[in-house]
This record gives sequence, structure tokens and C-alpha cells, in this order.
Amino acid sequence: MAEQTYIQAISDALEIEMKRDDSVYILGEDVAEFGGAFKVTRGLHEKYPGRVINTPISETAILGAAIGSALNGMRPVAEMQFMDFVTNGFNQLANVASTTSYRWGMGVPMVVRGPSGGGTSGGPFHSRNSEAWFAHTPGLKVVCPAFPDDAKGLLATAIRDNNPVMYFEHKALYRSIKGEVPEGEHTVPFGEVRVVREGTDLSIITYGSMVHKSLKAAEKLAENNISVEVVDIRTLVPFDEEGVLRSVRKTNRALVVHEATSHAGFGAEIVARITDKAFDALDAPVKRVAALDAPTPFAKTMEEFVLPQVEDVVQAAEAVVGY
Amino acid sequence: MTLPFEFSETIQRSDILRDEQRKELLVHMLKAREFDAAMGRMYRQGRALGGVYSQLGNEATAVGSAYALEANDPLFPMHRDIGAHFVRGCDIDTLMRNHLARVGSQMRGTDGTGHYGDHSKKIYGNVSHLGAMIPVAAGYVLADKMRGTKSVAMNYIGDGGAQVGDFHEAMNLASVQKLPLVLIIENNQYAYSTPTDEQFACDKLSDRAIGYGIEGVTIDGTDVELVFDTCRQAVERARAGHGPTIIEALSMRMRGHAEHDDASYVPKDMLEYWQQRDPVDRYAAWLIDNGILTADEIDGIRKVIKEEMNECIDTVVELPMPDPEEGGKGVFVAS
Ligand SMILES: Cc1ncc(C[n+]2csc(CCOP(=O)(O)OP(=O)(O)O)c2C)c(N)n1
Ligand SMILES: [Mg+2]
Repeated sequence: MAEQTYIQAISDALEIEMKRDDSVYILGEDVAEFGGAFKVTRGLHEKYPGRVINTPISETAILGAAIGSALNGMRPVAEMQFMDFVTNGFNQLANVASTTSYRWGMGVPMVVRGPSGGGTSGGPFHSRNSEAWFAHTPGLKVVCPAFPDDAKGLLATAIRDNNPVMYFEHKALYRSIKGEVPEGEHTVPFGEVRVVREGTDLSIITYGSMVHKSLKAAEKLAENNISVEVVDIRTLVPFDEEGVLRSVRKTNRALVVHEATSHAGFGAEIVARITDKAFDALDAPVKRVAALDAPTPFAKTMEEFVLPQVEDVVQAAEAVVGY
Repeated sequence: MTLPFEFSETIQRSDILRDEQRKELLVHMLKAREFDAAMGRMYRQGRALGGVYSQLGNEATAVGSAYALEANDPLFPMHRDIGAHFVRGCDIDTLMRNHLARVGSQMRGTDGTGHYGDHSKKIYGNVSHLGAMIPVAAGYVLADKMRGTKSVAMNYIGDGGAQVGDFHEAMNLASVQKLPLVLIIENNQYAYSTPTDEQFACDKLSDRAIGYGIEGVTIDGTDVELVFDTCRQAVERARAGHGPTIIEALSMRMRGHAEHDDASYVPKDMLEYWQQRDPVDRYAAWLIDNGILTADEIDGIRKVIKEEMNECIDTVVELPMPDPEEGGKGVFVAS
């Protein structure tokens, strides 16, 4: 074990997987000598010459080329400089990568990774949480790590998977979150929730940056003798329905929390599964905490208002428990 | 009707092709034509499934280009490139099962027309979204370049599809990386109902090559030997590490966009002009004039193909479609 930041753990996974398998390579904008806008790929170009490829500003070409090379035996890791820009290449993912197994029976072992999420005054075009778009597309796997050890282990699993994987890094966690990370090769299986705090009164089902805000909320709620279980789903696709239901059946109350906007967000899917499969276990309606249905604004004051905060989680939790 | 190009009246004889190969080219072109005719008949009889996109007029472009590849070179064909599939050794039965979504079809009934992929033949069909496969083709050969193998990808796009943004991103990336990619623009004068002057404002689509710093050429797409020679040169340049080429092949879409479309928007004189340049008739006449095949031999070949086609159709139409439950399977491959 070694203490690492979230971003170090991601870089570490890339390096280990590149060392382990010659077919793993990186392509994206400014990723080679420069090491990427956030320095995730720093040093890899020197260590693995020819396997870290700078591309023009062409998200369609990056993603399309990743697909083509994946069909031809490579395991590309495509970096989106900001996940927001994946929209420019959306068609490659939504129509080409996602249907190739279904139509051709061929795997497309590729990872699309990059910084997403808000809280950094990035404004409407550098803050988006777009995981639900991809979770709504059959044929893509969707990963949203919250902790350094998961960031490392889930990225390794993503690279080894034979299907296209969308890997959402939260940029606000890059250097703010540290944790113990297993050294050397480390994988974390997809489709298994992680109970990050045990509790008995309420289950908070969450992922990504909101795991950390939910943990802070749980601390505060504990002061009022409310015992909260925090469940990090880690992967949206595949989704560990049983893991979520297990927690809800134990606490009989659920609050679903994510940073992405509320309307038709992934939280709606989680709520639907809970009410469908664990209705009898519920002592209160399931609530959601998510961003307001607005673009993420630039001004710090407005951004804090639009994105869900610890206090929003606390209040919603109290409402569910007090129902 | 103005054409941006001076055509030669006669076939531009290739210095590379042997007469045996010339016969092969004709056979592939005839197969494409007969397959197409059969699909058209089935459509009118209500026995086809979905849209039927005729390749009539595209025989020389599809066949001549694919014939310039080696077996190991990946092919990324479009909806009117059935001739290229025959060049790659696809049989009528396989293609017919795909087109009619019968059990045993390569895509399990999940998708139709020429959209299938077949690793064994290095064929990677298109998705409907025009232009989307150009970057995929670029990535495919990027992988080979990284491993030091020397494959060349051939990708096809229409005069309409060439206006999709993917075209630019892919050709630019391929040019920067000097990828072995040959892009055939099949300029058949129409994209659905839209004529080329509403599609682009340059004289020749191959002029775009200048903007990418690569080679580009516009040729008569109804002359199979000229298409072959031009593609062969581009393939060799690509294999030698000199990067991509854009080849604009001019021809005419001789039927509607698909069989439901009577193409009444196409001027009659335009069709008459191109009818004079029918790729199959031209080549057959030239082969006869040059003593390579006799008219009787050609009739014989055509007859055999027709019989095979009809027999195959009779068998395939009797086959069931796949089990309904197949529709929920195969979304992911094993991790
Ligand atoms: C991105 C995209 N937009 C629209 C369509 C619908 N569409 C299918 S074929 C076609 C015309 C294509 O014309 P062209 O590229 O010239 O090829 P052709 O059919 O003439 O061979 C259109 C508009 C599509 N398939 N993809
Ligand atoms: Mg056209």
C-alpha cells in the first residue's frame, strides 16, 4: 500500500497496464511530451515511445481511430482533454463502438477517459457530468471512480475489458483526494458496489464526487444520531442492483445522490430499481439529490447553488428519515 | 448538365493486369449487377427486407478499387459496394442471408445490407451514419503502423457523405500520421435527391487533398481498368509510407436512392449520357474488341451467375429469420 492522490492512481494504472501489455496505447490532444492538460499521462511518452500519440483537435477522429485500432488488436485509451468534448465525437461511441459487439460479435476493447464534473468554476463547457448519456446507450460500460484505489483498479479493469468503457474522472478529486492504493497490478471488478460507510437508518446511493459529499453529510447526520450507510456504486454499467437492494433492505430508506443534473439522470434509474424490487422494504419514498436542471454556471456563487452540496444531502436525508 | 471532367471514350488499358484477371474483373462486375437486379426484383415482389440500394453504375468503381488491395488489407465498403464484397471472396449465399436477415446471417439479423464485419476477409462494413467509418479505417491502419505491419485500408464515401465532418477529421489525422489509407469518393452525381452543386462548391472533391497535403485525383469511375490502376498506385504509395490518397471516381447512380425512389428529379438526358458509359457494357465490349473474351463466352458467364443467383435466392428465402430472443443478446462481448 502507498498513499496516492486520485490522479496519481490513474497515471499509475496507465503506466502499469502499458508495461503489462504492448497493445495498450494512449491517444489524445497534448498527451505525449506535454503529458496532457492535467498531466495524467506525464512521463509515459518517454517510457513507451510511439505508444502515446498526439492527435489534432479532432474528437471524432480520436474516438474513431481508437475503435479502428481496437478492432485490429490494440487496446487504446483515448483521452478527452475535458470529458465535455466527447460530444464532438459522440456518434463514434453512440453508433459505432456501442453496436459492434451486437452487430458483428467483435469486441472493441477501448477506454475513453478524461476529466469531468464541476466545482472548479469551469463554466458550462468544462463541468459537465455526462455519464447518463452513455449509460443510456446499450453496449457501453460506464465507470465513475471516487477513491484512488478504485480509480486505479477500475481503470486497469477497463483497459483489460473487451468492450468499450467510458471512464469518468472527477477533476475536483484529482489532487484533493488521497488514499491508500495497492502497489503494482491492481484490478477492481465492475458491477460491485462498495459500502464506504455502514449505517442503519438510511442508505445513500451515490457515485463519483458525491461519495465524498455524502460522507461529509453522514458525519453531520451522525451528530443527530442518524446512522447513514453510504454505498458507492462505482460502475453505472454494469449496475450492481443486488448490492443496492441489499443496503436498502437493511436500512429501509434510500436517498440517491449524484452531481449530474436531476431530470432523467442516472439517479432516476436507481430509484426505479429500488421501488420496483424493494418496495416492501421501504419506510419512506426514495428521494434524489442532484444538480438543478441548468448548465453549470461560471460564477462560484451560482455554481455552488446549482450543484448539490453537503447541506443539500443533509436536508434531504433528514426529510427521508423524518418521513 | 455539365461534367467537371474530360472522359476518354475507350478503356484505359492497364499495364499490370493479365487477361485472366480481366475476366475476373468482369465476373465480379456481373455478379454485382445480377445481385442487384435480384434484390430489385425481390423488393418489387415484396420479398425483400428494408430498403434496397441499387449499385447500378458503380460496378467498375467498387470492383476496380477493391481489386487493387492485397487479401490482408482491410476494406471499409459502403452501401453500393457489393462488387467489392465479391472481389474479397464473399459468396452470394452469405450476402443474401445478410440482406434478408435469415438464420445464419453474419449479423444474426441485427442489421442488414452491407453493414457486416468479417475478420476473416478483413471486411468492415459501414454504419448508416455516413462518414463514420473513415476515422475507424484510419485507426485500423494506425494499429498496423504501430506494429510495423504494412496493411493499406480502403474506405468508400459518397458525394454526399463526403460532406460529413468525420471526413475532415479522419483525413487530416491520416495525413498528419501518414497513414496508409485510400479514400474512394464515389461521386455518382446525387445524394438521395440532392445534386452535387448543392453538396459542395469546389470543382473536384479530390481538390481537398491539397488542403491536407496529400495526393488527390479525379477519375472516370466507369472504367474498371483505370480505377484499378489509379487505386493500385495509391495503395503502393500508401504501403511505402507516403500516406493517404483521395480518389474521386465519377459515375452515375442509375436508379433511385433506393428502390422506393423513382428518381424523377434526375434529368433524363443525364441518365442517357451515363447509359452510354455503362461500366459493364463498356468493359464487355472492350474485352470482345481486344479478343480477350467472345460475346458467347460473356453470355455464358452471365448465364451461370444468374442461375447461381436464382438458386441461392430460392434456398435463402425459404430459411427462417433468427429466433426473436437473439434480439436481446450480444450487446457486450465477454469481458
Ligand atoms: C450522417 C447521415 N445523415 C443522413 C443519412 C441518410 N442518408 C442515407 S444515404 C444518403 C445519401 C447519401 O448520398 P451519397 O453519400 O452521395 O451516397 P450514394 O447513396 O449516392 O451512393 C442519406 C442522406 C445518413 N445515412 N447519414
Ligand atoms: Mg451520391
